[in-house]
Amino acid sequence: MRKWFTGLLAALALASGSSTAQAQPTIKMMIPANPGGGWDQTGRNLAQALISAKQAVAVQFENRGGAGGTIGLAQFVNAAKGDATAMMIGGMVMVGAIYLENSPVNLSMVTPLARLTGEYEIIVVPSNSPHKTMADLVKAFKANPGSVSWGGGSAGGTDHILAGLIAKANGVEGNKVNYVPFKGGGEAIAAIVGGHVTAGVSGIGEFAEQIKGGRMRALAVSSPTKIDGFPTLKEQGIDVELANWRGVFGAPGISAAERDGLIKNLRAATESASWKETLKKLGWSPIYLAGDPYKKFIDEDTKRVAGIIDSLGIKNTK
Amino acid sequence: MGETFGLLMHGFSIALTPLNLLWGFIGTMLGTFIGVLPGVGPALTVAMLMPLTVKLDPTGALIMFAGIYYGAMYGGSTTTILLNTPGESASIATALEGNMMAKNGRAGPALATCAIGSFVAGTIATILVTLLAPLVVEVALKFGPAEYFALMVFAFTTVAAVIGSSTVRGLTSLFLGLLLGVVGIDSQTGKSRFAFGVPELLDGIDVVVLAVGLFAVGEALYVAAYASRLEEKMEQIKGSLWMSKEDWKRSWPAWLRATAIGFPFGSIPAGGAEIPTFLSYAVEKRLTKYPEEFGHGAIEGVAGPEAANNASVTGALVPLLTLGIPTSATAAVLLSAFQNYGISPGPLLFQMQPDLVWGLLASLYIGNVMLLILNLPLVGMWVKVLSIPQPLLYAGILVFATLGAYSLHQSVVDLITLYVFGLLGFAMRRWDIPVAPAVIGLILGPLAETQARRALAISQGDATVFLTHPISASILALSFLLLVLPLLYRLLRRS
Repeated sequence: MRKWFTGLLAALALASGSSTAQAQPTIKMMIPANPGGGWDQTGRNLAQALISAKQAVAVQFENRGGAGGTIGLAQFVNAAKGDATAMMIGGMVMVGAIYLENSPVNLSMVTPLARLTGEYEIIVVPSNSPHKTMADLVKAFKANPGSVSWGGGSAGGTDHILAGLIAKANGVEGNKVNYVPFKGGGEAIAAIVGGHVTAGVSGIGEFAEQIKGGRMRALAVSSPTKIDGFPTLKEQGIDVELANWRGVFGAPGISAAERDGLIKNLRAATESASWKETLKKLGWSPIYLAGDPYKKFIDEDTKRVAGIIDSLGIKNTK
Repeated sequence: MGETFGLLMHGFSIALTPLNLLWGFIGTMLGTFIGVLPGVGPALTVAMLMPLTVKLDPTGALIMFAGIYYGAMYGGSTTTILLNTPGESASIATALEGNMMAKNGRAGPALATCAIGSFVAGTIATILVTLLAPLVVEVALKFGPAEYFALMVFAFTTVAAVIGSSTVRGLTSLFLGLLLGVVGIDSQTGKSRFAFGVPELLDGIDVVVLAVGLFAVGEALYVAAYASRLEEKMEQIKGSLWMSKEDWKRSWPAWLRATAIGFPFGSIPAGGAEIPTFLSYAVEKRLTKYPEEFGHGAIEGVAGPEAANNASVTGALVPLLTLGIPTSATAAVLLSAFQNYGISPGPLLFQMQPDLVWGLLASLYIGNVMLLILNLPLVGMWVKVLSIPQPLLYAGILVFATLGAYSLHQSVVDLITLYVFGLLGFAMRRWDIPVAPAVIGLILGPLAETQARRALAISQGDATVFLTHPISASILALSFLLLVLPLLYRLLRRS
């Protein structure tokens, strides 16, 4: 199957004209997740953008899912060492998984190239909920934290972390958050729409159709400014901002020149029409950040995520 | 109702063009052949072949998906029956009687009852989706964690059907499955359990690896070790290749009962296809007039689970089309196919995209018919597999089982697990411990645990939720009766 994709993409590249002199021959891309999710979409759309911007002739994929991306990360650290044509997709979920599971490999062992996208979160309630605004929900939450159940994705993931940040901003202890994790979007949507949990937290795209269809009411988004007219948390007096970011990493042990070359390729790819189309289609925000500032961002995010996971009281001890 | 019928006919008018029928035919062919590979279930097959359909218009693509899907599901049942290597969790129940039938020379009728049962169940379920989707979904939404937990408790009663002659041995096997079910990250807290620092174990043990290890590898090892002492001979064909009048008489009630079990399970958002297949098996075993045949190849035990599987998969379209909620692996793949065409299924899909919805329902129907036309003639060919000499056949089964387990996640750890379970399966056969309860334990254990803990989290630790919710209380009462009534009956008869 992998070979098949390479063949397809090589054919696409041929169709779109010959490669330029500085183009990469073939990029090997590690996607540390199973096909279908956000990282997979990021990797496959990025490949198309790299090819259409003539930054690569072909892209070879490897999907290695599991354990929040740390299985793919471990393989990338071991097998891609010094390979200047290797890239790996990753993001905030991986930062959380590394800390939560005391993973022996971490993001300081790979070369940060660029942060590509951010997906903001949204907080919803069932449409027949008594909570009309974020303030209503927060009031109930502060009065009795346990009585408000938050439904979202996996424990320690982005949705859980946002619930933790909201608790912190309202002076509620993290381990009092009654967070109910669901597998995949579908189960969570059913539990929220059916009124089995008080509120729901997820990426905006996940709930968009339910909100449009009138089965959920949006209370707040976690972005710096309004999205689709939904008010931000900040506007409603909760000083929290959170984007589920996704980015690209290079192999361990590549030279500074090789790193800068890859960043140049990525920069060109993100400026292509194909990439802009992807962002629009999937509702991702372009929060491009490359090289050293990206590395610094990862260090800060690691600290922030670790702090919240500690306060939620869910870390594995060894 | 007349209006609905008109809409469905409109769907057929979209779907029934010569070109679309050709796509349906190609899809069914491809699906069948890929589905025959173990470890490659229908969802993976559709995902793999999805890029092929990018150039097609949505209706053509969906018809091809439906063909691939039904083909793959049937192909999967074929290897399950012939080689005892279930490629996905929903066909595990089929393996129990199906493979025994094949060993008794009745592979032909087993394959036929699968194909026809799938067709019957699929047809009825499609009609139910067409007529009842908006109604069913409102009931389905009433199911929260407490209700799901009650359902899982109910499903545990099915263990009784596969427990074998010794209760102690059966329960040993069940608890082994339950133990294996807690391996990996605990979904409610994110903490890892029994992973022993092996990252590949963090996501838990795949039920397909367990089933193929216990069923196929265990059996191959057993045959290799005791071949000279085994009297059991593989009979290629005994009696007719086709279903006899008797087979028909025993199959059709099973198909209908299985549809009644599978459809509602499919339409609740956390139902899945494994539980109804085992429930149907349990029901058939309880109702059969030939209880002595169960465990040795009873046709009801194949007809029921296969029909239940197909009905539940079709039932999964209810939450998908009315709410945009994918509840099965296949529905999730269909959802991403929709997204490829810039369509996001949600509560408004029926109003916004009527052509697509009715086209899809018509396509599924066409897929069902295609499958029947294409595969019944192939039964004769598949049965020939069994004429391969035993040593070669079992070597082939080992190769298939290994390939299948590896193709799930391309993980060497899965291969090691497969052979550890293979040895375990060998030991269990040697000491006459049934393997099916272990598989049921692994499927139901994690589901029951997760739902119970979710329900308790939401109720803040108040365990009475299971009894104060009316639906949950009724299901629990029913399960209790199912367990206690036979005991009472026996006691009364004795006194």
